[in-house]
Amino acid sequence: MDSKIISGELKRCSTWQFALWISAAGAVLLWGVYAMLLCWFKGLNQTNMNDSYGFALWIWADLAIIALGGGAFFTGFLRYIIGKDELKNIVNYAVIIGFICYSSALIILGIDVGQPIRGWFIFWHANVHSMLTEVAFCLTCYLFVLIIEYIPIILENRRIDNIPFFHNLGHNMHSIMAVFAATGVFLSFFHQGSLGGVSGVLFGRPFAYREGVLIWPWTFFLFTWSAAACGPCFTILITKITEKITGKRLVKDNVIELLAKISGWMIGTYIIAKIIDTVYWIKVTLPATGFGLMDFYSNNPFYGIWILVLEIVICGILPALILISEKGRKNRYGLIIAAILAVLGVCINRWVLVLQVMAAPVLTFETWQMYFPSWQEIATTILPLAYGIIIISFSYRYLPVFPQEKELNPWTINGGK
Amino acid sequence: MKEEKSDKSAKKFGMVIDLDKCTGCGSCMVACMAENNVPFKEDESKKLVSITWMRVYRLTNGKSFPDTEICYLPKPCQHCGGKGEHGHSPCVSVCPATATDYNKETGIVSQIYTRCFGCRYCMAACPYHARYFNWWDPVWPKGMEEYLSPNVSVRMRGVVEKCSFCFHRYQLAKDKAYYEGRSDIGENEYQTACAQACPAGAITFGDLNDSGHAVYELKKNKNAFRLLERLQTNPKIYYLSSRQWIRRAGDNYLKNEK
Repeated sequence: MDSKIISGELKRCSTWQFALWISAAGAVLLWGVYAMLLCWFKGLNQTNMNDSYGFALWIWADLAIIALGGGAFFTGFLRYIIGKDELKNIVNYAVIIGFICYSSALIILGIDVGQPIRGWFIFWHANVHSMLTEVAFCLTCYLFVLIIEYIPIILENRRIDNIPFFHNLGHNMHSIMAVFAATGVFLSFFHQGSLGGVSGVLFGRPFAYREGVLIWPWTFFLFTWSAAACGPCFTILITKITEKITGKRLVKDNVIELLAKISGWMIGTYIIAKIIDTVYWIKVTLPATGFGLMDFYSNNPFYGIWILVLEIVICGILPALILISEKGRKNRYGLIIAAILAVLGVCINRWVLVLQVMAAPVLTFETWQMYFPSWQEIATTILPLAYGIIIISFSYRYLPVFPQEKELNPWTINGGK
Repeated sequence: MKEEKSDKSAKKFGMVIDLDKCTGCGSCMVACMAENNVPFKEDESKKLVSITWMRVYRLTNGKSFPDTEICYLPKPCQHCGGKGEHGHSPCVSVCPATATDYNKETGIVSQIYTRCFGCRYCMAACPYHARYFNWWDPVWPKGMEEYLSPNVSVRMRGVVEKCSFCFHRYQLAKDKAYYEGRSDIGENEYQTACAQACPAGAITFGDLNDSGHAVYELKKNKNAFRLLERLQTNPKIYYLSSRQWIRRAGDNYLKNEK
């Protein structure tokens, strides 16, 4: 039915199969939209947040998906600025994943604020001292950059490309993409960093607070670093999942391995910096506030020292070692396990710097507070997943996302999934 | 106790709360709610979602009978001045929309309800849990609207609120002084509702910079302390207690620290 708009000679699944797939994702999306509408119309009393948990699941989701979307800016940086030409075969997908992550983050932020209609106040009454202001400006600007980077991919659709204007527009946009990639890197450095700054500047919260350089706490640099390190792992992971679902190889191994190798070194150097930061925090920053390390990892039902070990050792050092070693990243399972651990590690890092900060008492006569999200919070957090599946499905079906697909799957032309 | 620096020409309103006098009766909480149109719900048992600008905590020394000791600690917003009294309060510095502000003339941390868009970053930043979010729209029992104070705006769902040191009273006192041709106001012309309502006289309010105000001397008492001073939030609420364990409960100490 839609074969005329499916890109090139590549065959895709039948329309009814595709419709069924989209319907399943759409049902989850609608569930999330319903929860979103409840939050908008009835207010944030629909959540399990409270005055101890002003920040909760949604802020974690924002921080985590923006870190995971970091694959877009870092792959763009490697491809267009450093000149790693092989990465042209995965940069399209990295951009699409980044676009999904960033637009999802903005949707979640739109639900998370108590007065969404006043959301523009952050730009109009901007407090230049607030890290959240920096986040809002850079994040919005970068979403526009991602849209600009996404447009040429859309223009490559078979039918659109037949129109000379769009063909030329796409061609010209491709030729200046390095400018947008550089802009994206610049903006990403600041918003990934300022997201780290969001918790790092909280000098009233010793668990989060970090010293730093000028106005930037160390978490500013660690967040940018970890996003650049783990974002590509998420791109690799989603690529592998897409390959599994479609039953095709979409990107050559050397491309994946190059990205994995760079990611491994980034994770390795990041985790060294993270260890130094943690040791300094334990030895210098914390004692000055009257707290000891175990004050934050005991006397509560969930947050034990295991979470620090899990983040740094299991989900930091281990994936770095696997990806740095040639044998490790060339091993199919090694690569996937390392990518999963790296993604998990960055998610845990964002979790503790949001949720554990809220949970730990600072006043001596207060106690730990635990929290479990309401179904409305869970549904709206799953919403981006369904939204992402839909965007990826449409992009894969109608756009030439993977330049190597035809070469890797010659037998599927005019007959595959 | 660390000495804070301050601009002597500016006022610095603050409180000294004598914990030896506080009986934990809760009059300050009630007076505060009535004065400031603080909303309440039918079920106020869930304290993490109820709004109490002034909240009285019950502290114990952790010892069993007969050595058990109790202390009641009223806790409003601490109106932190931040490091060096520059107004770099934990909350003011982080608000992305400048909806909370540090007034350098009075030292009061204000909340602009009509500008707050409910991101709750200030709540995450405040170590005192002095900020409250309106999870619901306020609903007043029938007829109670008539009792609301016309001097304080009622807050809507989705914004943060907190103790303002009854700032509207300061404005009214200033207006009265201006009308009478005076440039300044007296100590008794501006008092918070909680300070006036305390039957034990435990709460003293005034200008911490003015040697003519009672708080000026009280804060110098050897038993005076502030909550979480080590974090350098520089709060304007001082507490007095003759009992050492209570003073120690004001801050965190390392296990081997005396």
